[in-house]
Amino acid sequence: MGSSIIQAVIDGVLTGGVYALMAAGLTLIFGVMDIINIAQGIFVILGAYLSYALSVHAGIDPFLGLFITIPALFLIGIGVEWGFIRRLKEGDRTAMSILVTYAVSIIIEGVLNVSFSVNYVQIHAWYVNRSVHLFGFYLPYIYLFGFAMAAVLLIAIYALLYRTRFGASVRASLQDRTAARLVGIDVRRVSTICFGLGVAVTAAGGMVFGATNAFNASTSYDLISRLLAIVILGGLGSMGGALGAAVFMLVLEDVVAVVWSPVWATAVFFAALVVVLSVRPAGLFGRQVARAQ
Amino acid sequence: MSAGAKSSTEAYVSDTGVSTGRRSAIAAAWLVFGALLLVFPILFSNPTVTTIAVFTLIYMTAATAWNGFAGYSGYIPLGHAVFFGVGAYTMALVSLHLNLQGGYEMFALVPLAGVAAAVIAVPFGLIALRTRRHTFVVITIAVFFIVQLLAFNLGFTQGSSGVQVATPLWTAASFNDRFYYAALVILLIAVLVSWGIRRSRFGLQLLAIRDDEDRARGLGVKVQRVKLLGFVLSGVTVGMVGALYAFFIGQIYPQFAFDPLFDVTIALMAFFGGLGTISGPLLGALILEPLQQYLTLQYSVGSLYLIIYGALFLIVILTMPRGIIPTIGDRLAMRRAERLGREESPSAAPVSPPVEVAPFSGAAR
Repeated sequence: MGSSIIQAVIDGVLTGGVYALMAAGLTLIFGVMDIINIAQGIFVILGAYLSYALSVHAGIDPFLGLFITIPALFLIGIGVEWGFIRRLKEGDRTAMSILVTYAVSIIIEGVLNVSFSVNYVQIHAWYVNRSVHLFGFYLPYIYLFGFAMAAVLLIAIYALLYRTRFGASVRASLQDRTAARLVGIDVRRVSTICFGLGVAVTAAGGMVFGATNAFNASTSYDLISRLLAIVILGGLGSMGGALGAAVFMLVLEDVVAVVWSPVWATAVFFAALVVVLSVRPAGLFGRQVARAQ
Repeated sequence: MSAGAKSSTEAYVSDTGVSTGRRSAIAAAWLVFGALLLVFPILFSNPTVTTIAVFTLIYMTAATAWNGFAGYSGYIPLGHAVFFGVGAYTMALVSLHLNLQGGYEMFALVPLAGVAAAVIAVPFGLIALRTRRHTFVVITIAVFFIVQLLAFNLGFTQGSSGVQVATPLWTAASFNDRFYYAALVILLIAVLVSWGIRRSRFGLQLLAIRDDEDRARGLGVKVQRVKLLGFVLSGVTVGMVGALYAFFIGQIYPQFAFDPLFDVTIALMAFFGGLGTISGPLLGALILEPLQQYLTLQYSVGSLYLIIYGALFLIVILTMPRGIIPTIGDRLAMRRAERLGREESPSAAPVSPPVEVAPFSGAAR
């Protein structure tokens, strides 16, 4: 029992890293733009399908395929921002963004259902079903590789935000859009790029998700509710909070699956959110309702 | 509540400057609409058409009930499928255990389903309404998924195999009509409740919360109690149509009784027609539900309807962000103002249409 709990914690941390990456995109978009991107879930599935298609039809390794799928989703994200989000009025952006991105989400869901059918698929590669045996624990290669990739990308985002001039303008827009505009930052351009970046990370997250789970387009409902739970728990707009909450939630879920039952693990996931928000409405790491209230 | 604040919100409620002639025209339009709904099954007896009509009435009711809370309070719950599913399961399980045979007595369970929805809505609201705005949206989604999971995994719901509901005893020819009129009765209740809320002090308090919750609290509105009551009321009505749906469909499964698409569909309908209006959700459901049913029938294999549905919604949001009814209302009011301006002062410059005042931060939009 003890060792299986440790195994569950390890699995939770490794998969939590990947969820952290997807949630980081969501929280970045919210932080800069006050937009809740409901389409994040379907973008993850879109990324998974792109990797799947590349590996099945072109024989491209899923990790190598990321060099195609990440830019592809970046461009799709920019297109969505430019086409729809930008046209929303300032007044009730947050509420309207939920509806607009939801509409985008069901359009993509329809397109995916038409082009890939509703049958479940899974990405295959040599590392998907193999694992390395270490200190008595099994570490699947895909978890290790996925975690490493997520860590690299998260560090890259961190570096972009805190070590570059562009990052400084993103952080300025995060703090105060009006003030950022006043000091000469092109907030619209920053917003567009951030939306693109926030969507682009789903290509990487989706690839790992698609290799570890069988999926179809409607899997996105489950994904987006988990991702929303994570970013709300972490405090919307807080990067560190999203990382912490992702790992916390996934570990909790995996441990519950071992000690109680896999059936109830998902319920615990959402129950944890409800409990935490009843006590701390701003989330675990959230700034106390700093904006948009 | 100070007199000044009240009268300013009053202007919200009674449509400003509505002449008695226009008011009677509106009343006549409602009467014609009601009469059309009443005679619809007599005019159209094709079972495919009446089936679509029953679904449309169910969605009209649900969208109206949703709007009765969301449209007035400004809170956007995306978890009303919880009430729909609770209502459906109440109907299915109670009729199963009472061994009902599918006659009229089944309809007696509809109010009971409303009570069951209320029992769920109180704790749901107590938890969710502690949060605001987007956090509220997300917590309603989270509660929805918890409840769906419970429906899958609790023993008494029979899990993913679903519950069989007693088959109605009536002949196929008159089968749909009874459901149609039952749904129409619930719709009438929903519309009257929504209208009553809008005319009442309670509705004013909800509107005040929508405008500025903290100020409403400062003016003495018991915000938690008002929000909870609004939330529970809308949940009860959705629970009742959920029960009707279960009896109509004859077999319920967790994934259809608790459907995430239902959560957003009713929200889309209310937004489409016009949030916070009485006719808006009715019109939204009246357009969208038959369209969806038609597209599903027409393209049963593909998911083309998802694409069309999403695209249509996107167009409406971007071109008429406040929904059809308010947008048309604005256009009409603008035209009337222009005409009045010309009639009253022919020499003066024509009244310019209301210019949208750009907020400071919107300058670069």
